[in-house]
Amino acid sequence: MIEASNLTKRYPGGLEAVKDASFAIEAGQMVLITGHSGAGKTTLVKLISTIERPTSGSLVVNGQNLSALGRSAIPHVRRHFGLVFQDQKLLFDRNALENVLLPLQIAGQPRREAIRRAQAALDKVGLLAREKANPIALSGGEQQRLAIARAVVNRPTILIADEPTGNLDTDSGMAILDIFADFHRVGVTVVVATHDQSWIERYHPNVLRLDHGRVVA
Amino acid sequence: MNAWFIQHRAALAAAFRRLWATPLNTLLSLIVIGIALTLPAFGYVALDNLRDLGRNASGVQQISLFMSLEASRKDVGEIENRLRQAANGKWKFVPKEDALKRMQSSEGMAEIVASLPRNPLPDAFIVEPANTEPEALEILRKEIAGWPKVAHVQLDSAWVKRFDAFLRLGKLALWMLAGLFGAGLVAVTFNTIRLQVMAQSAEIEVARMIGATDGFIRRPFYYFGALQGALGGLLAAVLVLAALRLLAGPVGELAALYGGNFSLRPPGVVETLGLASLGAFLGWLGAQLSVSLSLRKLD
Repeated sequence: MIEASNLTKRYPGGLEAVKDASFAIEAGQMVLITGHSGAGKTTLVKLISTIERPTSGSLVVNGQNLSALGRSAIPHVRRHFGLVFQDQKLLFDRNALENVLLPLQIAGQPRREAIRRAQAALDKVGLLAREKANPIALSGGEQQRLAIARAVVNRPTILIADEPTGNLDTDSGMAILDIFADFHRVGVTVVVATHDQSWIERYHPNVLRLDHGRVVA
Repeated sequence: MNAWFIQHRAALAAAFRRLWATPLNTLLSLIVIGIALTLPAFGYVALDNLRDLGRNASGVQQISLFMSLEASRKDVGEIENRLRQAANGKWKFVPKEDALKRMQSSEGMAEIVASLPRNPLPDAFIVEPANTEPEALEILRKEIAGWPKVAHVQLDSAWVKRFDAFLRLGKLALWMLAGLFGAGLVAVTFNTIRLQVMAQSAEIEVARMIGATDGFIRRPFYYFGALQGALGGLLAAVLVLAALRLLAGPVGELAALYGGNFSLRPPGVVETLGLASLGAFLGWLGAQLSVSLSLRKLD
């Protein structure tokens, strides 16, 4: 459950990227955050995933008020999220399996168990055969699938993505949509910021529309 | 196995990998750290050996106690009792007859001694206290001087004081040197770790986004700094041992010329481990400072 009340984010310099946003996302929902470029989608995703702190208002995720969270508690909260970025943020000095292992290493999983789970995550996104490949050798779609594997390997309750299909061709983008839909079907809350309208036609998700930082629908 | 232990083991393994991944850089850093620690460590060993030399030098820490000429055997026994209680060390009684005989045996003294109407020498004690600190020796000397039938107490305190002052000066210089080179070691580690943090900024950013704590990010750098410092300390111990080995021959020859059999004492296991621990601590300190500053820049 994600509940925002009068959520505002003002950056140094005065730009208000999110203004007085109030909304609720139920557990297990698939929600699309849409809006034109500069509407505040990325900032809202960053607020939900604790990468940014709100200037005012409250944001409660899984019963925890993120606005009042201490700095030391943030990493532990982030482990409940699976984050997928438009630019994937993969590490190119390690292979695909090692990229997926990172969240499990952070959580202190024993190595053998971590490898088993990482391979299962790679299998889920169809990349098990490429586990030894360096991310640089993967296509754009494969890199995004690898990023999803890394995001879900820790069995997050909420999967959050920012423009996950932004750099992909139509087919690769559709494959990514299907993966998100699969996770939604097994009960994971999926929150995706995108301007790609094909999501709505294909999966009829709940939509949170932003306009100049305000929630308009 | 709990998560804490797993993460520490992984951080230690990562630190070893980093050391191994750039062998030339590692070797150069170890040489710099090793040399920085060798100079104060060698100074410490040299001072330690000098202290031993001072302790073992005959007559340096002895107190000579001369009884008055009219002292009886009973008076001598009384002094023995008092020495037993006061001086926690060794002493030797030299009867006046023995002293005279020794004098007679000295070249050119036989005739002079024979011409004396009676034995002019007193009974004496040679005291070698366990505590050879100049202050303790002086206190003991004063105490003995106040005992009955004690005519004169002699302590070569000037020599002892000079030697002690020299050792203290050496120790101070050593601390200053150690401070300077310790700071150098911290600076070397600081710079190495700073470059590592910069090189791994992308990994640090990603790790933070997916829930890594500050401890998780810092730990491998701390282990790296401590490992590098510890290995540098061990290298310093090897260099000190090698230097002592080279000096052993000439020092032995010099000691023989003075009629002694002094040999340099090399650092033991405890001292070697101490040096490695000091290196590890300074390396950890450099890493701590570097990571704190570097991560603040990445925030």
